[in-house]
Amino acid sequence: MSDQLIYASEVFLNGLMAGVLYALVALGFVLIFKASGIFNFAQGVMALFAAMTLVGIQNGQVPFAHLINAIFGTKIHHFGWHVHSVVAILLTVVVMILLAWMVQRFIFKHLVGQEPIILFMATIGLAYLLEGVADLMWGSEIKKLDVCLAEGTCLPQGINLAIDEATFNLFGYGFFIDNLDITATIIAILLVTALVIFSQYTKQGRAMRAVADDHQAALSVGVSLNYIWILVWSVAGFVALVAGIMWGAKSGVQFSLSLIALKALPVLMLGGFTSIPGAIVGGLIIGVGEKLFEFFMSSGDLAGALFGFTMNATENWFAYVLALIFLVFRPQGLFGEKIIERV
Amino acid sequence: MLDQTEGYTTADGRKIGGVVMEMKNITLRFGGVEAIKDISFDIREGEIRAIIGPNGAGKSSMLNVISGFYIPQEGQVFYKGAPRPQMKPFEVARQGIARTFQNIALFEGMTVLDNVMTGRLTHMKTGLWGQAIWKGKAEAEETANREVAEKIIDFLEIQAIRKTPVARLPYGLKKRVELARALAAEPSLLLLDEPMAGMNVEEKEDMSRFILDVNDEFGTTIALIEHDMGVVMDLSDRVVVMDYGKKIGDGTPDDVRNNQDVIDAYLGVSHD
Repeated sequence: MSDQLIYASEVFLNGLMAGVLYALVALGFVLIFKASGIFNFAQGVMALFAAMTLVGIQNGQVPFAHLINAIFGTKIHHFGWHVHSVVAILLTVVVMILLAWMVQRFIFKHLVGQEPIILFMATIGLAYLLEGVADLMWGSEIKKLDVCLAEGTCLPQGINLAIDEATFNLFGYGFFIDNLDITATIIAILLVTALVIFSQYTKQGRAMRAVADDHQAALSVGVSLNYIWILVWSVAGFVALVAGIMWGAKSGVQFSLSLIALKALPVLMLGGFTSIPGAIVGGLIIGVGEKLFEFFMSSGDLAGALFGFTMNATENWFAYVLALIFLVFRPQGLFGEKIIERV
Repeated sequence: MLDQTEGYTTADGRKIGGVVMEMKNITLRFGGVEAIKDISFDIREGEIRAIIGPNGAGKSSMLNVISGFYIPQEGQVFYKGAPRPQMKPFEVARQGIARTFQNIALFEGMTVLDNVMTGRLTHMKTGLWGQAIWKGKAEAEETANREVAEKIIDFLEIQAIRKTPVARLPYGLKKRVELARALAAEPSLLLLDEPMAGMNVEEKEDMSRFILDVNDEFGTTIALIEHDMGVVMDLSDRVVVMDYGKKIGDGTPDDVRNNQDVIDAYLGVSHD
């Protein structure tokens, strides 16, 4: 095998793993959009909020510490304990369910039957509100999140070295794959499997699919829309937590995390707004495409020989250009429902 | 109090039981428009009750009041002898009232079998974890629900399309699948909103036969809306006739057929 091809396959693998992270964010969008027709701009902020809550609980931070100190003149910051990661995750899940309930109860319950653009604007409001609440609750400093959530849940350190060695023996060139990316991929596979089991084999899952398909018909078979919407926002909150953990572990828990929502947009345009497999495949295509394109364009041997110039930092715009091309030629995405206009 | 016991015997010898549902002085307004004006009637156990009337008479509104989609401004709905508090449509469905829609509301992305199984949702009681791990009670429940669904699929002769996504079916079959989903709930009262609308003669005959068979085989109480007089007269035991939101006739098909108001409403009368 030629050297270029081997490098390319390493880049391909890394692209797949990066794509998993994009897919995780897009998944949260699709879940809510399918069930309620709401394009949830706040999905990225939800990931941020979840990650901050997780770190805050883990470190025993006092929520709203600055606010409390400012009002009562106290000087509390930490409870002085450290919460076990598994317990912290469970508590964060509870917080996300509570958030789902509040979002439905105080915002979207009052907006039933409104135009999609109004629902969309409401989610923009929600995004900023949630960002403010997150700041007030846990503070704005960058926090470190350890992906080894507890003893024993961590992947053995040697795994990327083992891959390195195995590929070295095979190709004479060792692949480098980040440990974190492998963890993220495994967790994403587990998450998607769990979601599929939930939606295919449980009563709630069946009701969820029913609501996604036809509201009126769902009501007529005894499904409470309000309950299903809270459920969907909870599931999206859980997906946001997983995405938040992965991204947070990669780049630290900081406010720029909320911008990953923008990265999910091209994924959605590729995969279609209503398709869960679409979100996954779309994420992988963007991840791989972005990395491979960068690889080819920055390599003097290839791009230089073909075009006479090279480009760097194509990662910043590649996904959006690809999405634009899709918007022109296949606006419903790869897996989206066909848009048929009857006159 | 409502008379729960007294029934009657139909011309073909079927025994009709007590009152399942009673509408008392129902008035429904949309803004200034009165869609239903002070209407009272009852539906008895085991009967096929039709609500007929020209277009815009308020038939569908009446069905939507029964199924909880509309809330009347005045009047009281009695269900199984007790006054029914204000309810959401899904709560009405859980009480055992199933319905179909005039413009078909099926889950287009699901298969026929899945659609019929959603009709069983009100009969699924096991908790989330029990279902997820697929053990014991949950498994037995799923099997039982599946049996009911399959029985209804057989009964309505749609076995051949069990695994077909609904979106691919022709109109007439969709109507039948919708009936199957409503029946899967084993309802105490089945509401059919224009079950024969848009069908050709052959399909209408099929649907009539199924409605009669369902009533006969499962003893299901059925209330249906239709504006095709001929079909209704052959099918139903008692008929309510509406015109401009008012009740202008109520009785056996023969009574109604000879009622002057009904004849006027359908054939038109000169107002001079």
